Amino acid sequence: MSTATADLAGGHAADGHGAHGHSADGHGADPHGHAHHPFHAHHFDSLEQQFDSGKLGTWLFLVTEILFFSGLFVAYVIYRTTHPEIFEWGHVHLNKYLGAINTAVLIFSSLTMAWAVRAAQLGQKKLLVTMLWITFACAGAFLVVKYFEYSHKFHLGLLPAGMFNPVMAEPVAGHDATGHGDAHAAGGHATGHAADSHDVIHGPPPPPGAGIFFSIYYAMTGLHAIHILGGMALIAWLAVRASKGHFGPTYFGPVDYVGLYWHLVDLIWIYLFPLLYLIH
Amino acid sequence: MATVAEPMLAHKHEPEENYLTCSSGFLSWAMTLDHKRIGVMYLFAVTASMLLGGVFALLVRIELLTPDKTLMDHNTYNHMFTLHGAVMVFLFIIPSIPAALGNFILPVMLGAKDVAFPRLNLASFYLWVAGAIFFLMAIAMGSLDTGWTFYTPYSSSVISGSQAGGIVAAVFGAFILGFSSIFTGLNFIVTVHTLRPPGMTWFRMPLFLWALYATSVIQLLATPVLGITLLLLILERTLGIGVFDPALGGDPVLFQHFFWFYSHPAVYIMILPAMGIISELIATFSRRHIFGYRFIAYSSIAIALLGFLVWGHHMFTSGQSPLATVIFSALTFTVSIPSAIKVFNWLATMYKGSISLATPMLYAQSFIFLFTIGGLTGLFLGTLAVDIHLHDTYFVVAHFHYVMMGGTLIAFLGGMYYWWPKITGKMYNELWGAIGCLMVFVGFNLTFFPQFMLGSQGMPRRYYTYLPHFQGYHVISTIGALVLGTGIGVALATLLWSLWTGRKAPANPWGGVTLEWTCSSPPPLANFEKTPTVGDPYDMEQVKWDAKTESWIPRPVSERTGNSASH
Repeated sequence: MSTATADLAGGHAADGHGAHGHSADGHGADPHGHAHHPFHAHHFDSLEQQFDSGKLGTWLFLVTEILFFSGLFVAYVIYRTTHPEIFEWGHVHLNKYLGAINTAVLIFSSLTMAWAVRAAQLGQKKLLVTMLWITFACAGAFLVVKYFEYSHKFHLGLLPAGMFNPVMAEPVAGHDATGHGDAHAAGGHATGHAADSHDVIHGPPPPPGAGIFFSIYYAMTGLHAIHILGGMALIAWLAVRASKGHFGPTYFGPVDYVGLYWHLVDLIWIYLFPLLYLIH
Repeated sequence: MATVAEPMLAHKHEPEENYLTCSSGFLSWAMTLDHKRIGVMYLFAVTASMLLGGVFALLVRIELLTPDKTLMDHNTYNHMFTLHGAVMVFLFIIPSIPAALGNFILPVMLGAKDVAFPRLNLASFYLWVAGAIFFLMAIAMGSLDTGWTFYTPYSSSVISGSQAGGIVAAVFGAFILGFSSIFTGLNFIVTVHTLRPPGMTWFRMPLFLWALYATSVIQLLATPVLGITLLLLILERTLGIGVFDPALGGDPVLFQHFFWFYSHPAVYIMILPAMGIISELIATFSRRHIFGYRFIAYSSIAIALLGFLVWGHHMFTSGQSPLATVIFSALTFTVSIPSAIKVFNWLATMYKGSISLATPMLYAQSFIFLFTIGGLTGLFLGTLAVDIHLHDTYFVVAHFHYVMMGGTLIAFLGGMYYWWPKITGKMYNELWGAIGCLMVFVGFNLTFFPQFMLGSQGMPRRYYTYLPHFQGYHVISTIGALVLGTGIGVALATLLWSLWTGRKAPANPWGGVTLEWTCSSPPPLANFEKTPTVGDPYDMEQVKWDAKTESWIPRPVSERTGNSASH
């Protein structure tokens, strides 16, 4: 792990040097020979050592984040294996179009975040601030979509197992007795209750334990949403600091670290979307 | 005669100010970013937790003096053993050596000015405080009787009413404490990777640092899983997510898997730093180069990695598949190999050594004796057929107390005695130190050895009452606990007493050759006035006893034979 990380950090520093000849001044090996950068902490010999430490710390933090989510992924795998029917029933009630829009929004925000890191390294203050706020706005848009998804499901009673109380379309119950499938029920519904079509659930009744699918759905997407909120706070903090001109070719660590965090949060969503929405 | 030498030393080697005197006032401590002050704050905090957990333990033992009610009713008894376990595990043992002694010693031993992220370090401490407050809330609600393991479905659905608040508070407290532990581990790993001074290669690092590094890896990789497990348990209680609750279609054994996936590696979070301390003590007080340096270093890493593969041995009787049970049993035995490597290397280090029985060394000897018993009885429990008989009996209680208390607590006390002169600048009274150690050793064995007998005869753990013929062993155990409690009191009082009466400590009172002994006692704020020169951490030739100043001083290169540098 040490070599990989050292390579990573070293490679990064090399980029900085390549792009800007003068940045070598800020990375001097001599601990006291150069004027102190305002954000150079006293216990580091050089800004480079400070950057490497921050970067390694960030990667290790991301490892803990992955393990934090891993418990939920394991719970998902176990229940999907032992109770596949609740996933087949449940995923139909997630809106895959909204999920796809959110996926696109987050992937785009990863692009703007990466662009922000580059702008910080090049000292392009205005571009940096713009990119950070665009990333922030994408995160906000994601949460707005999530809000509409959640509230619709609350309305339908699609809640965690303990409160699971789906509001089923009446014709389903009536027509199921005659032995016809969901096609019939949906047809009956289309003629009879078109006005409420969004307020009730169509299709077959939930299998026993179906609420556990929504428990896992809320736990995973909820924990992810908390991470989006945390990311928004961090990005806003960066944007304020960027406006004050704190970042430049010799000091861009915090932008880089938050960028890594943001990519991980996006990556987790990229796993959540197919695992929860796109089941066959 | 020491008084004659002291002023000379003070002028010659010591800076005017040290980390204790450089600033004063409440905020200079509460807002400090200095790893040494944070370490001292942890030391007070975890020691207070140990005393709190100890009081619970004594109450449990006194209740068990008779088969019927001695002191409290059965409900109170259930709260007492739960709080004893939870406080000792989460508030004391896990942070004890890494967060308290490690925080103080790691950067100094490494030759660094501080840990990599001082603010994160302070945040870890306050997370500990926040976690402790939630635990106190749980105690105030008077209602935590799940055992420290919070097993479902009892914790998730059986408990109700006012007890529900207590369990949520305690579980949330443990969740916060987990983050404190994660951030400490992260800080230490980055510090070891990036803040080593020139010359401090991986294989010149003292073994305590290898142990702390291995511990940090476990803290980093295992604790997040506990975090999500406890979060799911809180969600189970508050929202009813049905993941663990069988009434909603969930699987309570899944909780045990998740819990032990953390809590077994956590056992190595507790014991590895203790082993690191013992490696330092044995080498210093035997005046010999540590035997098998690389083997001890690698065995720490091996224990850290193997520790992740054995969690199923807590669940042999929980309805795990027979195949999984056999695999977990086999893997459990592999952990004994690196553990034994350490013990044999310590013994080989002492062989033909020039052993001095100062108090820290007495604790180190106790450790080797007690840890060996604790480790070998673990093999009984890892054996499937035997475990069916011994599972959930006092044999298990005795086994893990020999490892956790006979191991970690003893090493914690040994480490405190060893580094006390460095931390406080005061020498303690050797006679009282030895008396305290002897009382702890005798009291410990009186308390826990009879529990092996009880367990093998079928006395179940956690029971409020027992058959009359078990009473003899219970009485011996309770008497032992009182001796043990008194011994710990004597040990701590001896240290505290030294603050007022102790002789001023020289920079190197023990002849240690790791870097913390090259800076003054107590160290200055920035640890070293100039970047230290790094040599072999166990080359005892580097120092010699100076009778005039009653301390160890660097031996001139011309006087060294050079033999002991090889290993």
